[in-house]
Amino acid sequence: MQPYSIFSLARNALSGHQNWSKAWRSPPLKKRYDVIIIGAGGHGLATAYYLAKNHGITNVAVLEKGWLGGGNIARNTVTIRSNYMRDESIPFYVKSVKLYEGLTKELNYNLMYSKRSMIDVVQTYPKLREIKRRMYNGDLHNSAYERIEVDELRRRIPYLTGGGPESRLPILAGMVHPSAAVCRHDAVAWSYARAADDRGVEIHQNTEVLKLLRNSTDGSINGVETNHGTVYADKVAVVVSGHTTSITDTIGLKLPLKSFNLSAFVSEPVKPIIDVVVNCPDIGVYLSQSDKGELVIGGAPDAGQSFRRDIKQHVFEDAVCSMLELFPSFKRLKLLRQWGGTLDIAHDATPIVSQTDVQGLYVSAGWWGGFKAVPAGGYTLAHLIAKNEQHELTAPFSLNRFKRLDFILEAGTTTAT
Amino acid sequence: MLKISCPFCGPRNEVEFVYGGPLKDRRPDDVSQIEDSTWINYLTVPKNPLGPVQERWWHVRGCGCWFTITRDTRSHDIIESEVES
Repeated sequence: MQPYSIFSLARNALSGHQNWSKAWRSPPLKKRYDVIIIGAGGHGLATAYYLAKNHGITNVAVLEKGWLGGGNIARNTVTIRSNYMRDESIPFYVKSVKLYEGLTKELNYNLMYSKRSMIDVVQTYPKLREIKRRMYNGDLHNSAYERIEVDELRRRIPYLTGGGPESRLPILAGMVHPSAAVCRHDAVAWSYARAADDRGVEIHQNTEVLKLLRNSTDGSINGVETNHGTVYADKVAVVVSGHTTSITDTIGLKLPLKSFNLSAFVSEPVKPIIDVVVNCPDIGVYLSQSDKGELVIGGAPDAGQSFRRDIKQHVFEDAVCSMLELFPSFKRLKLLRQWGGTLDIAHDATPIVSQTDVQGLYVSAGWWGGFKAVPAGGYTLAHLIAKNEQHELTAPFSLNRFKRLDFILEAGTTTAT
Repeated sequence: MLKISCPFCGPRNEVEFVYGGPLKDRRPDDVSQIEDSTWINYLTVPKNPLGPVQERWWHVRGCGCWFTITRDTRSHDIIESEVES
């Protein structure tokens, strides 16, 4: 791998940028691998990288239906945070936030990582109580949350001029989660792909998995059928977010997942006006400002299961109206683009990182917007694949919890309801 | 935005309705007699098809009735609505 540095930039600038080596190869598809990972998104590529780096397993193929990093890793609002509710969840996300902090250096790739706090604008007492509960629970796991009063909140977010005492929902307080950050989403996929490729992992784009294959004798996983022929492996990981059930349905494996569409949109670029991630849980909108100056705005998921990846007019209008209640001056902003992503959510709103009833088949699913979880999700899934036992951080995320009806309820942590 | 046909009020804007989740299979008759795995599947595993799904909607900002539609999750086309009987 050609390392990126000021010197490589200067050298390539002098030669007219004609001699950069490719960030990853496109080798021909082999017949057999040790591990097949379905889905070259954030989680899939991170898993491949940690398999190679931490466990020395490099005979790995990452199969991608479309193009690398074209799924939910390109369709999110890039927020990294760890303000979860349950003892089982918080340490995992704390680890993920920590891995993100060191990722630019580790992968030799500028992720444009920017630590900037997330501030919840709290407008009802039940929400205030709930977030205070998160604060106390977070304290136990070094995931900080702190309360600020309205004056301080308005000082930190000067454009927050709505929500006064006469409004429908007056602002009560702000809750600050200081370890929250944003970073460039494409760079996460590209950097993991480049680093995994450098260690010998093969990435195959435009290779759609049509179905999973099982051994006829013992029922264990045997490989996958793709649009480029059959590929064999004893271990297959399904890391395809919203389409998990579409893949596992091909061998009749039932998972407690539902897929929904979550959309977001961006405004025209403006001067720097907001330097934190603003989350307004009571009215259902969140926003941050990208390095280009665009406001990245998200709202609630669509009602009803969906694989359409678009935005519904009334969902969009609700998010805009909610935002204007608190940020009235934004009504003059023009909105540039919108997108949707197919997210899956488990029965209890906690992710699934697990072996399945089919030997050799692993799933990483139910992330409901797993951008924040990419490094730790890959780290722990690689551990599970390599050693056939759960990493301690994801031991509670096993499918076995459903068999015991022992749920980790995380609804309310995300925009999911 | 969907135009959902309420069996009582006719076609109305989606914003008048509340989504009630995918239609579940019939509850097993004698829960004490069935396998644990069957019961757990009934409780936790919804249908999540890439295609037509049956789902419940509530016309809460209208007549208040509950009904079932069949909607394609790829296109959002409503293939079938329950009609008033």
